[in-house]
Amino acid sequence: MFTEAIESILADQCTPAAIRQIENGGSPASLWGALAESGFLELMASEEAGGAGLDLAAVFPIFVAFGRHALPVPAAQTIAARALLRGVAVPEGMITLAGHGRRTPDGDFIAANLAFGGMAEFALADIDGHLVLLDTRLAERTASGVHGSLGATLRWSREVIGQPLGDNGAEVGVFSAALHAAAIAGAMERLFGMTLSYCNDRVQFGKPIGKFQSVQHQLSVMAEHVACAGVAAELAFAAGARVPTRLAAATAKSRTSMSVPIVAATAHALHGAIGVTEEFDLQLYSRRLHEWRMADGSEPYWNRIVGETLLSQPNGTVLRFAMEEIQA
Amino acid sequence: MSQLLEAFRLAQLPQAAEAFRAEVREFLASNLPAAAPSQRARTWMGFDADFSRRLAARGWVGITLPAQWGGAGLDAYRRFVLVEEMLAAGAPVAAHWIADRQSGPLIAKFGSSTQKDFYLPRICRGEAFFCIGMSEPNAGSDLASVRTRATRCEGGWRLSGRKIWTTNAHRSHYMIALVRTSGTPEDRQNGLSQFIADLKLPGIEVRPIVDLAGDAHFSEVTFDDVFLAEDTLVGEEGSGWKQVNAELAFERSGPERLYSSVVLLDTWIAALRSSGWSPGEAALVGSFTTQLATLRNLSVAVTAKLARGESPVVEAALVKDIGTEFEQTIPAMLEAAIAADPTRPVDPELHRTVAYLSQISPTFSLRGGTREILRGMIARGLGLR
Repeated sequence: MFTEAIESILADQCTPAAIRQIENGGSPASLWGALAESGFLELMASEEAGGAGLDLAAVFPIFVAFGRHALPVPAAQTIAARALLRGVAVPEGMITLAGHGRRTPDGDFIAANLAFGGMAEFALADIDGHLVLLDTRLAERTASGVHGSLGATLRWSREVIGQPLGDNGAEVGVFSAALHAAAIAGAMERLFGMTLSYCNDRVQFGKPIGKFQSVQHQLSVMAEHVACAGVAAELAFAAGARVPTRLAAATAKSRTSMSVPIVAATAHALHGAIGVTEEFDLQLYSRRLHEWRMADGSEPYWNRIVGETLLSQPNGTVLRFAMEEIQA
Repeated sequence: MSQLLEAFRLAQLPQAAEAFRAEVREFLASNLPAAAPSQRARTWMGFDADFSRRLAARGWVGITLPAQWGGAGLDAYRRFVLVEEMLAAGAPVAAHWIADRQSGPLIAKFGSSTQKDFYLPRICRGEAFFCIGMSEPNAGSDLASVRTRATRCEGGWRLSGRKIWTTNAHRSHYMIALVRTSGTPEDRQNGLSQFIADLKLPGIEVRPIVDLAGDAHFSEVTFDDVFLAEDTLVGEEGSGWKQVNAELAFERSGPERLYSSVVLLDTWIAALRSSGWSPGEAALVGSFTTQLATLRNLSVAVTAKLARGESPVVEAALVKDIGTEFEQTIPAMLEAAIAADPTRPVDPELHRTVAYLSQISPTFSLRGGTREILRGMIARGLGLR
């Protein structure tokens, strides 16, 4: 129900032209306003707080849709913030998630290459395990310098860091990784659909290139990775839960990130030169795939968390671990 | 997005199947023969008639067959659980495996009532082991070009020709062979039929072929004017191609294409637990674990389709292709990891296990259809062919 409604807003408002405009410094206000006015930012807020009280399984297809549409505003993060804040009053505006920042020796807090760091009004951060809401107007912002990126590095001096709002700071990085996994799954769906269509349409040597066996086999392998990314991302979004578990999010982020180079490279290889042009839409998704692979830690980071946890148990097989710990 | 990919949504095993898992684990705990990891790593190729008969006595051979033949009639989810638990534990399943999963279901679907009455109870008791005569010296992936020929004669057929790479022919009682009954190899899929050949018949010679790991898991089988009685024809004359494809679909649709190297992985993990590990080794353990958790869910999604009565042939081909790649990656990566420091002592059994799997792992993406065949099937499923 929510998914169809949000799909229709995205199809209408989150067009490739709108994405390009926002990436070039245009205002996101109209797109953001459409999402906010429809109440979608409150999907995970409790019903007492006027929200829809959705669980992870219910928001999963919505987060995937955000990726499929390359949504250039932090809607997933802002929705997730409601679940992380557990009823604490939330200010209006864009909230991003800073789950993997670090403290300097002086006590400043740095969130490097923060997703939507150039745009968000607030960052919900994990600072020493505490949940802290930071005002980005008080931060020193440095653009990442990556073409088209909406990320930035933000630094807050010790004096402007507010009081903790909860002791669940560790959940920020976990949820942020999970929503990036869902976004990767969505962008991969789009990339795969575009590549399949292109191979059916593009004629060389007198026939569509999709008729060539070498091209077919590349698309088959790409499909395998898109399927893996889809189920891996879904693992982190369990029914009945409001925040992903650490091991499920780790699996989701690791397995989706692992497929990013293969899926993006195949899409580009099969499109040829037009795929790397500004005017062709492929880059809107492939650039994001690479950015999201690195956001909140790439696959070695999360694999190590999974591996350390498994190895620290005195016994138990890998199958049992997958069934009982990852997919509890 | 393509319809094919929409099939892959997270699905849960029902409670009843998870409860069944406890029964399987209990059985394996008391019936799995004690064996070193390098032996357990042979699972599919581990031939142990005694284990197969004990499994049959427990009621778990002929798992898809109805109870009237002595089959277990397990639903798709319980089948998934049984197979997953056996393969992950490294149970020696080779003796009954083909009869259980391919020959039995084929006879149940296409066989005559006499054939069903004779073979199916024997399969379910673990007394009739089968092999599949498909490949020939000049018919591998191009299966339709088989030349072995059955010719009509008084009271039956006379069979001449040669089958090769036939898994366990030298230890099986029967072969279901795909042979030509009319036309020539140029007629391709037309004119092929399936027969059940008792491998003790005069004129049949079975020569085991030693593999690179020192085992003999497959054979060459020669038919020299072998008399086959009328009732050895399975299904209809000329319908062999259609029947073989149904048979391969039975084979390709299970979870068995993920677990061939899991015994090695668990053995390595046990070694790391006792010796300590580096961050890189922990990340590698995590990489295999997150991949396994993901692939397993692809396989459960296929099982859910089977449980709904669908025939997810292309979905199964997709899982098999990436699943066997995972099976092959484990020994490839662990050779590198285990010998990354040549001065560090390595448990000899771990060394034998990784060596065995590295040697034999090319077969993982050959048996039941090569990568190239599977990727062609996926491409067709995507509408490209």
